[in-house]
Amino acid sequence: MHLILFLIFGGVCVAGAVNLLLQHHPIDSALSLVVVMGALAAEYLLLGAEFVAAVQVIVYAGAIMVLFVFVIMLLNAGEEARSGGSRVAWIFGVPGMLIGSVLMAWVLLKHSGNSHVEVGALPGSPQAIGWLLFHDYLLPFEVTSILVLIAIMGAVVLAGHAQSPTRAIEKKEG
Amino acid sequence: MSVGLFILVSVIKIALVFFILLTAVAYTVWLERKVVGHMQNRWGPTRVGPFGLLQPAADGVKFLFKEDLTPPHVHKTLYIAAPMIAVVFALTSIAVIPFGNWVSISDTIYTPLQITDVNIGLLIILGLTSLGVYGIALSGWSSNNKYSLLGGLRASAQMISYEIALGLSLVGVLILSGSFSLREIVQAQSGHFWGIIPKWNIFYGGQFVAFFIYLMAAYAETNRIPFDLPEAETELVAGYHTEYSAMKFAMFFMAEYANMITVGCLATILFLGGWNGPIFGPYIVQVLLPVFYFVAKVFAFLFIYIWVRGTLPRFRYDQLMAFGWKFLLPLSIANLVVTALVVALKS
Repeated sequence: MHLILFLIFGGVCVAGAVNLLLQHHPIDSALSLVVVMGALAAEYLLLGAEFVAAVQVIVYAGAIMVLFVFVIMLLNAGEEARSGGSRVAWIFGVPGMLIGSVLMAWVLLKHSGNSHVEVGALPGSPQAIGWLLFHDYLLPFEVTSILVLIAIMGAVVLAGHAQSPTRAIEKKEG
Repeated sequence: MSVGLFILVSVIKIALVFFILLTAVAYTVWLERKVVGHMQNRWGPTRVGPFGLLQPAADGVKFLFKEDLTPPHVHKTLYIAAPMIAVVFALTSIAVIPFGNWVSISDTIYTPLQITDVNIGLLIILGLTSLGVYGIALSGWSSNNKYSLLGGLRASAQMISYEIALGLSLVGVLILSGSFSLREIVQAQSGHFWGIIPKWNIFYGGQFVAFFIYLMAAYAETNRIPFDLPEAETELVAGYHTEYSAMKFAMFFMAEYANMITVGCLATILFLGGWNGPIFGPYIVQVLLPVFYFVAKVFAFLFIYIWVRGTLPRFRYDQLMAFGWKFLLPLSIANLVVTALVVALKS
């Protein structure tokens, strides 16, 4: 049962990712990415990491991707022109990607041996995650939050640079 | 309980809850028309059935038989999918709401009065409501109408802004109960202090600040007056659902009222003690009384919703954003810090 569900959601995930690349319109691509996020959340749920799954949906699918869609709507971005891709990408990129993924799968299979983790055996409960974040990895966690704070301050400084909205528009046009 | 029996009981529960939810959605609309009517010195619906009680059925038939227009130059797929997204996520979140205690029909058949009890119930509801934004945002964009687009943009900006205050206002309750499971949160609120006052979070945990933050953020999340800027009739025609007709429009309508009911259920569970209340009498009464308390609390919450609609004017957009970011957010953070400090000092 778990294997069937894993394959279904894995298939949805890959199909969404491929669709993301094939779509012409930015909003269709963004929605494909939402599907990928949702399928990933389902995979986490299958692994017993229900907290991570919920956070994946709330943060990535529910907040970050909504902002993506919001920006696309705001800019009213139209369909993109197709260039057919560069020749370098076709000659080196695609085979390189295939070789890379095969290598990675081989290494993972080789080194994990035959030991596999039972479903739900990993600590995925909110308590376990909270203990890891606020006890074992407290310093990295707090340092990351300061890093995010610096990024926010940078965004505020950049966005607040223009004195008034009308002047910003004049600058853009002039 | 065997697997077959479990599936049978689950299917019956799902069908029953779904039926009750849809009926409740229809009659919340009726209640709103009636109450707002009386507040404005009108009668509200009176013609169809006694007290206009069959009005929702008449409306349903009307929606089904109306011509389903699709305007030219819309993004066809998203235009059709948007109302479905909105209504599906609004209706699904009822799945983790607990209505009452465990019930045993016989020695082998026993079940909680809830479709499913998961240990991240609250997060599931938050996740589903945050996905519901797509329905509104995409309907606004795909309609190829500037009023729809403005409505969709306003709705998504507003919902993202108030989701933060909403989420933070719930953390205080989570600290007090120590669980994401809605059933455990309710069980943590059973009992009394000082003999008479129930141990609900709104009284006992000092979470009344959180309750008011939740109340205001929830009004904004469901796009209701005084936060109904996404569908402000005076400036945007009808906002994101301007171009929708017939059943597609009804789906947005159902989504809005289903969201109101979910928000009411969540407020009841988190702050008003869920199904807790005085219980007495024979077994069947003991089973039904908690459900009655739960429904009564949700009804009171819905009535306040309608009351506010009949009372307050709409915010201006800059007021809405300033209120969310500069008042509700700092207040909810302060509430969180104080609650955490008190709990830490007590333990």
